[in-house]
Amino acid sequence: MPSRTCSHSPSGFGKSLPEQGLLLLVVLVLLEGSVLPLGAASSPDVSHQDDSHNHKVADHGVNATKKVFPVLDVDYHHIQTPFEISLWVLLASLMKLGFHLIPRLSSIVPESCLLIVVGLLVGGLIKLAGEQVPPVLDSRLFFLCLLPPIILDAGYFLPIRPFMENVGTILMFAVVGTVWNAFFVGGLLYAVCQIQPANPSSLHSIELLHCLLFGSIISAVDPVAVLAVFEEIHINELLHILVFGESLLNDAVTVVLYHLFVEYAGVGTVTVMDGFLGVISFLVVALGGVLVGAIYGILAAFTSRFTSHTRVIEPLFVFVYSYMAYLSAEMFHLSGIMALIACGAVMRPYVEANISHKSHTTIKYFLKMWSSVSETLIFIFLGVATVDGPHSWNWTFVTVTVILCLVARVIGVVGLTYIINKFRIVKLTTKDQFIVAYGGLRGAIAFSLGFLLDQNQFAHRKMFLTAIITVIFFTVFVQGMTIKPLVELLAVKKKQEAKRSINEEIHTQFLDHLLTGIEDICGHYGHHHWKDKLNRFNKKYVKKCLIAGERSKEPQLIAFYHKMEMKQAIELVESGGGVKLPSAVPSTVSMQNIQPKKPPPAKAAERALPQLPKGREEEIRKILRSNLQRTRQRLRSYNRHTLVADPYEDGFSDLLIKKQKMIELEKKIKEMNNYLTVPAAPPDSPTMCRARLASDPQAYSMKPVSDSVPVIQVDLASPQSPDSVNVMDEFRRANQEEDQGLMMKPPQGSSGSNKPGEADTTRDQQRLMRCLSDPGPSADEDEDEPFLP
Amino acid sequence: MGASQTRSEHKYQDLMDKTGFSVEQIKNLHKRFEQLSGNEETISRENLENIPALANNPIRRQIIGAFFDKRNQHQNEVGSFEEIGFEQFLMVMSHFRPPTLKTTEEERETMRKEKLRFLFNMHDTDNDGTITLEEYRKAVEELLSKSGAIGQEGAKAIADAAMLEVASTNVPHMAPDDFYEGITFEHFEQILKGLEMESRMHIRFLDVDTTTMRCGRSTS
Repeated sequence: MPSRTCSHSPSGFGKSLPEQGLLLLVVLVLLEGSVLPLGAASSPDVSHQDDSHNHKVADHGVNATKKVFPVLDVDYHHIQTPFEISLWVLLASLMKLGFHLIPRLSSIVPESCLLIVVGLLVGGLIKLAGEQVPPVLDSRLFFLCLLPPIILDAGYFLPIRPFMENVGTILMFAVVGTVWNAFFVGGLLYAVCQIQPANPSSLHSIELLHCLLFGSIISAVDPVAVLAVFEEIHINELLHILVFGESLLNDAVTVVLYHLFVEYAGVGTVTVMDGFLGVISFLVVALGGVLVGAIYGILAAFTSRFTSHTRVIEPLFVFVYSYMAYLSAEMFHLSGIMALIACGAVMRPYVEANISHKSHTTIKYFLKMWSSVSETLIFIFLGVATVDGPHSWNWTFVTVTVILCLVARVIGVVGLTYIINKFRIVKLTTKDQFIVAYGGLRGAIAFSLGFLLDQNQFAHRKMFLTAIITVIFFTVFVQGMTIKPLVELLAVKKKQEAKRSINEEIHTQFLDHLLTGIEDICGHYGHHHWKDKLNRFNKKYVKKCLIAGERSKEPQLIAFYHKMEMKQAIELVESGGGVKLPSAVPSTVSMQNIQPKKPPPAKAAERALPQLPKGREEEIRKILRSNLQRTRQRLRSYNRHTLVADPYEDGFSDLLIKKQKMIELEKKIKEMNNYLTVPAAPPDSPTMCRARLASDPQAYSMKPVSDSVPVIQVDLASPQSPDSVNVMDEFRRANQEEDQGLMMKPPQGSSGSNKPGEADTTRDQQRLMRCLSDPGPSADEDEDEPFLP
Repeated sequence: MGASQTRSEHKYQDLMDKTGFSVEQIKNLHKRFEQLSGNEETISRENLENIPALANNPIRRQIIGAFFDKRNQHQNEVGSFEEIGFEQFLMVMSHFRPPTLKTTEEERETMRKEKLRFLFNMHDTDNDGTITLEEYRKAVEELLSKSGAIGQEGAKAIADAAMLEVASTNVPHMAPDDFYEGITFEHFEQILKGLEMESRMHIRFLDVDTTTMRCGRSTS
C-alpha cells in the first residue's frame, strides 16, 4: 500500500500530501456527517413525530378535502436501523482505507490501536454533540454477528498440519493455562482487596466468587486481538499457531468458567461436587462443540457433492452451515467458537474438492471481507463503548489487575513450557516462550462477557468493566505496538515466504510414509502410525461419500500438483501471456534440459521406416492438432511401429521447447500488437487444466477444428500409458520447417483473426499448458475411430 | 543383576557412542530386533517384509532396501547386504533420532546432512551421486503406487515438473542444449532447505518397552 502512494507521486512524499490531506478531509467530513445521525438516532424522536403528526392533523383540519401532496418527504425512521448499520460499516471501511494510505503509520502502529482511537474519537464526538452514545457493543450483536465471521475465517483457513502437530501443546496452554490464569488473578485480587484494613473501601465488599468470575473473564486470550496483531508481524508458523490455537481453544474453558461462576455467585458457595460437575461440564462443552461443528461440517461436505449443477450457491452452503453450527452450539451453551472451527476444518478438504474454482475464490474473499469488516467494527466499537462508560475507576483494583494479568501469564507460560518440553521433540526455547507470553492479548470478548453481567447481581460491574477495558487497552496498545520491534530485536524466526514447491510436497509425503514405515519396523504405534491409519480410513470410506465423482480417488499429491498448475496457468494468463515465468527465479531451463539426451533425430530420408505420403502427413498433423486440443484423455502412446516416432520423451520435450518459444513469441507479439496480449481466452481457459472439469458449468470442450478427423488410437506399445500428449517426430519436423517455430497451421477452413499465427499461439499456449497437466481421470470420450483400420 | 547390567552397559557402550541412543532405547530396539529375526543374529529382507503393518506402505520396498544399503552405515562402502546384524539395524535407526535442546548449531547441521543423505540414498538407487530423471520418476511412482491408475498417470508429469523445478532453482540459466544430469546432493539439500529436516525426520524412540504392549504381532 505505501508503495502505491509513492508511485503516484514521483517526487516522493511531498507531492502526495495534498492528496492525503484531501482524503483525510473527506473522511472527517463523513465522520461528522455520520456521527450526527448515529447520535441523533438513538435519542427518541417522539417530539419530532408528534410535531409531524400534529401538523398533519392540523392540515387535515384546515383543508379537509384538499391535501397537499408531499412531493418530497423525509422519513428517517423508516430506514433508520439499516442506515445506521451501513453507516458504521462504511465508517469502518473508510478508516481502514485511510490508514493504509498514510505511508508510515501502518508500519509503526498496529491497525487495532488506530481503530480503537478512531472509536474513541467517534464516541467523543457523539458525546460532544450531546447525543447519547448508542450501545454498540451489545453482547448479542457481538456474539451473534460480529464474532462468527472472524472465527469462521480462522477456522476455514486453519493450517491443519501444524495445528495437529502441536495440538497437545496448544491444549495445555489453552486449558491449563487459562484455568491457572483465572484462579491466580481472581484469587490474588481477592486477597489484595481484603488487605487495606485501615482504609475500608468499597473493595472490601467484593466476594471471592465475584473475583474469580472476573479472573475468568479477564484471563482468556482473545483470538480477534491476536489475529489483528500477529498478522502484521509475520512470525514463524509454530509460534503463530501456538498463540492463535490457544486463543481459539480457550473459549471452551472461558464459557465453562464463566457460567460456573455466574451460577455459583448467585448461590454463594461452591462445593466439591460443583467443582467436579465443572470438570464434566468442561468436557461436555468442548467435545460437544467440536461434535456439533463436525456434524455440520460433514453435512456441508455432503451437500457440496451435489452442487455441480448449481454452482452459484455453493459458497452459501459453506456460510450457512457454519453459522448454523455456531448457533446450534450456542443454543446448548456449548462452545460456539470450537464448533465453528471444527466445522470449517472438517468441511474444507471435501468442499474444496467438490466446488468450482470460482466458488473457492468467492468463499475466500467473502470470508476475508466479512472478517475484516467485523474486526474493524469490533475495535471501533471498543473505542466507542469506552467513551460511553459506565465507568468506575479504582486505582488499586485496576493497576493490580493489570500487573496480575501480566505476571500470571508469564508464570503460566514458563511453568507449562517446562512441563511440555519434556514431551515435545522440537522444544520451545526461551525466545519462543517470551513471544507466547507476550502475545497473550485480551480483547473484545472479555469486554462483552463483562457487559453481560447483571448489574443487580454484581454490584461492582462498573469497576469490572473499567478494569477490563484498561487491560484490553494495555495489551493492545502497549503489547501490540511493541511486539513488532521486539520480534526484530530478538531475531525471532520469521515466516518463510517461499511458496510450497512440488518437491517439498513430494518429500513431505515421502517422509510421512517413511516415518510410518520406520515406526512399524520399530514396533510401536506412534504418532505417524495413527495418522496413517486415519488417512487410510479417510481415503477408503469418507472421501467416497463426500466427494463427487472421480476426484474422490485422487491422491493428495496429484491434487496438489493440479492446484499448482492452475496457479501457474492463472499467473501466466494474468501476466499478459507468459512474460513473467511462474517460477521465482527466472530461468531458461525447460524440459529438454532435463530429458536424457538422445542422438539427434535422423532426417526423414535416413529413416529406416518408409516415409509417409504427403497426404497422410497432413492428416497426421490435423489429428495431432485436434488431439492436442483435448485436455484429458491422452492416455495412449503412439505405437512406434505405426508412426515414425521416437520414444515419447522427445516429443514431450519438444512440446515444452515450443512452449518456451511461444512465450518468447508472445513477448514479440505483445510489442507489435496490443490487443492480443492476454490470450483472450474463451471464458473457460486455463482453469480448465483441472481434471474435474466435467462438472464445471462452463465445461470446456473445444471441438476439433475440422470434424471427422480420425483420432489416433493405437495399441499401446508399452503398458505404461504416458499421461500427456505424445507428439511425434513428424510433427516436430513439420514445425522445424516453419521459421517462426509456430506449432500448427490452422486448418484451411479456419476463420478468425488476420493473424492466425498469434491466435494459434495463444491457443497453443493454453494447449501446452494443458498438455503439461495430468489429464486426470478420463471423462467424456469423444468419438474415437481407429486411425489405422 | 549388577554384574549383568555392567556387562550390558559395556556391550552397549560401543553402540551408544556410535549411534547416540541411550541404553534403554538400545535394549528396546534389541528386543524388537530379536522379535523380527526370530531370535537369530541377523535379519533378512523377508523378516522385514513379513511385518503386516508395512503391507500398506507404498514405499515399502525402498524402506526395506534402505536397511540393507551399505551406504547408510557410514563406512564409505557401497552395495547392499543380504542380511544385517543388530549393529547395522541400529545404525540405520540412528538416522531418525531427534535433536535435543542441547544440540548445537553445527550438530544440527550435521544431523540435517545425515538425514538428507539418507533420503538421497533412498532415491539414488544406482549410486552414481545423482538422482536422474528416471530414478525420480520411479520414486514418485512408488509413492503413488497405492493410489491406483490415477496415481500412475500423474506420476510421470509430477516427477518431470519436480525435476524441472530443481533444475530451475539450482541452475537457472541453461542454454537450450545443455543437459541437466540429475539432482546432486547439493541441489537436493537446496530444494529441501525449507523443510527443516532435522526437526521433521524423526520418530520417538521410547525408553519404555513397548514390544509387549502391542496388539499386533509380527510374524517372522
